[in-house]
Amino acid sequence: MDLDYTKEQRAFRAEAREWLKANVPGQALPSMDTEQGFAAHREWETKLNEGGWAMVSWPVEYGGRGVDLIEWLIFEEEYYRAGAPGRVNQNGIFLLGPTLMEYGSDEQKARFLPRMAAGIDVWAQGWSEPNAGSDMAAIRTTAFRDGDQYVVNGQKTWCSRAVWADWIFCIFRTDPDSERHRGLSFMLVPLDAEGVQVRAIEQLDGETGFAEVFFDNVRVPVDQLLGEEGGGWKVAMSTAGFERGLMLRSPARYQATARKLVALLRDNPEAAQRDPTLGDRVIRGWMQAEAYALQTYRTASRIIGGGSIGAESSLNKIFWSEMDLAMHETAMALLGPRAELLPTARAAGDVGDWLDGFQFALAGPIYAGTNEIQRNIAAERLLGLPRG
Amino acid sequence: MDFHFNEEQLMFRDSVRALLERDCTADVLRELWAGESGRSDGLWSGLAELGLTGLLLAEEHGGLGMAEVDLVLALEESGRACLPEPLVETVLAAAPLLETLAAGGGTPASVADKWLPLVAAGEARLAIEHPANPCVADAHVAELLLLLADDGSLHAVARAQVELTRQPCNDAARRLFTVDWKPGDDSLLAKAAGATRLLDAAFDRAAFGCAAQQLGIGQKLIDLAVDYAGQREQFGRAIGSFQAVKHHLATAQVAVEFARPVVYRAACSLATGHTDAGLHVSQAKAMADEAALLAARTSLQVHGGIGYTWEVDLHAWMKRAWALEMTWGGSAWHRGRLADAVLADIDNKPREGQLQLQGVN
Repeated sequence: MDLDYTKEQRAFRAEAREWLKANVPGQALPSMDTEQGFAAHREWETKLNEGGWAMVSWPVEYGGRGVDLIEWLIFEEEYYRAGAPGRVNQNGIFLLGPTLMEYGSDEQKARFLPRMAAGIDVWAQGWSEPNAGSDMAAIRTTAFRDGDQYVVNGQKTWCSRAVWADWIFCIFRTDPDSERHRGLSFMLVPLDAEGVQVRAIEQLDGETGFAEVFFDNVRVPVDQLLGEEGGGWKVAMSTAGFERGLMLRSPARYQATARKLVALLRDNPEAAQRDPTLGDRVIRGWMQAEAYALQTYRTASRIIGGGSIGAESSLNKIFWSEMDLAMHETAMALLGPRAELLPTARAAGDVGDWLDGFQFALAGPIYAGTNEIQRNIAAERLLGLPRG
Repeated sequence: MDFHFNEEQLMFRDSVRALLERDCTADVLRELWAGESGRSDGLWSGLAELGLTGLLLAEEHGGLGMAEVDLVLALEESGRACLPEPLVETVLAAAPLLETLAAGGGTPASVADKWLPLVAAGEARLAIEHPANPCVADAHVAELLLLLADDGSLHAVARAQVELTRQPCNDAARRLFTVDWKPGDDSLLAKAAGATRLLDAAFDRAAFGCAAQQLGIGQKLIDLAVDYAGQREQFGRAIGSFQAVKHHLATAQVAVEFARPVVYRAACSLATGHTDAGLHVSQAKAMADEAALLAARTSLQVHGGIGYTWEVDLHAWMKRAWALEMTWGGSAWHRGRLADAVLADIDNKPREGQLQLQGVN
């Protein structure tokens, strides 16, 4: 065990820091869940890729630098330190990308990964359906084979980024007689294909971060099947492992929030006096963010050593989502009566974007599998409790 | 950057676990509770044979010259087994303190030369007084006691020269004492100024030791509840199949799992003499304490009425978790220490990912 960085890792950090300092936009981009903001974020992805920073842990031939996950974590730390824009293609680079590495054919990797890294293809996720939310195995959208194509019919919902994205990765039922986890297949579908209709869903903050996607006799070539026909659940669980366990929520994000929260406490001594528990809540958030970082380094070490992410990714998902929410709730309490003000309000002062962050954090225990589902998985698969 | 334990460290953990599973069973624990000393010389020398008691000591003192990172998994095991022996007091707090002092020569060197090889060989236990703790633990089995005089100076006193008064406590395995004694020139190890520094370092090592034990205790409390919930049937099915029970236990497991890397980091920081080692220890103690307390509360609730009985073993681990939470600095104290440092530091440039590793920037 050695928790110090190597000389190479330090040099990598310095290089990342320098590039980010020179290239991160001076002004925050508009929200990626608006048309204009989406385009601006896509441009940023292109720029990142030109610098070779789109996804540092990928092999060079797919647009990466071929470095390991420790360096990816270092890059993420520098990324948040620099205040760089959110990753509009996170569904692609953090979720589908690693899944393609594991299950994709060489042709599929060459076809999709470089365009993903360059921001040419921005990806949406299409798993949930109106009647398959927490019960994801209840998927009913069908994709039946017709020659060298599948014909897709049905509906997906809560498809994040789908309003302006180019492609969507989905799970469809390919075996009409199958039930539950069997007979599902993982497919890649362009959102401009004939028969695809995207309907934006207005979120509680008024923006359109996700959408419903309808499929009406959409034809998907068989070379856009990822993994085996009927093996979609397994492929999806691999994606879910990355989503819950490692990549989607890198620790640097929460460490940045924790630092902001400590500064907020320092700047609001009257609030801390009014409610003496707030100081303790702040330090708990800070400790958790640090613990999450350490745990992520530990997971990365395990993966580098040949291990994998299993059901413990459910513990991670519970931890980061509840930590994020707790930190934002604490910030709301510190802001007191100013917490309801939008940053554009004249009386807002230094409220910043805590309200946005709070509302986004509220979604954390719901998306990527609700925390109730995660607790079931952890209890059954890690602790070995009997299935209900 | 590598979070792996090496083969030797894992093998050492396995051999400690095997010994404790054989010689420190729940039946043994109950027998020891009933005994006058509550301790087992056989168990202590068994641990010494594995190298545990001399692990941190230099070879010249009969030790292995290893570090906290080599010890942390064994400490976890000692919590898992609810080991009643004074591992934390002897191996982490007192013995390394003596060794540090010995480097200066004089009386401390001769005390160290006499006692440390006996500690390493499992023939002596040490007790230590500290202002954080109202009583001295395991003074009755310690051949040598490190005690604080009214003027703050630190002394080494043989057991024959002190008078002990047992202070009954909740954990049937713990043995706490107040000590009557008279300081003399021949017992002096360090004057107040020097003693404070040594005691601070001993405090951090001991708090780390408790944190590591809390990991093992917390995991054991969850494991006990999982076993019980898999067997106990109500409404015609195992209660562990109910989501309410599953969710309680998953929540406790999250707490233990995320305290773990924090404790391991503290081990590394102590081993390498990191400038923030004390803060890393405080974070480890605070998080491991809370995880163990949550596991205790959860395990009792899952056991239901049967968990409230003397007959079921659960209370041994539960009471140990409660006791350790308050010894060598309570979790609230450790959070406060960290809070002061973090608030003082917030205007500084963030260090690398707040991991506060050595030599960054």
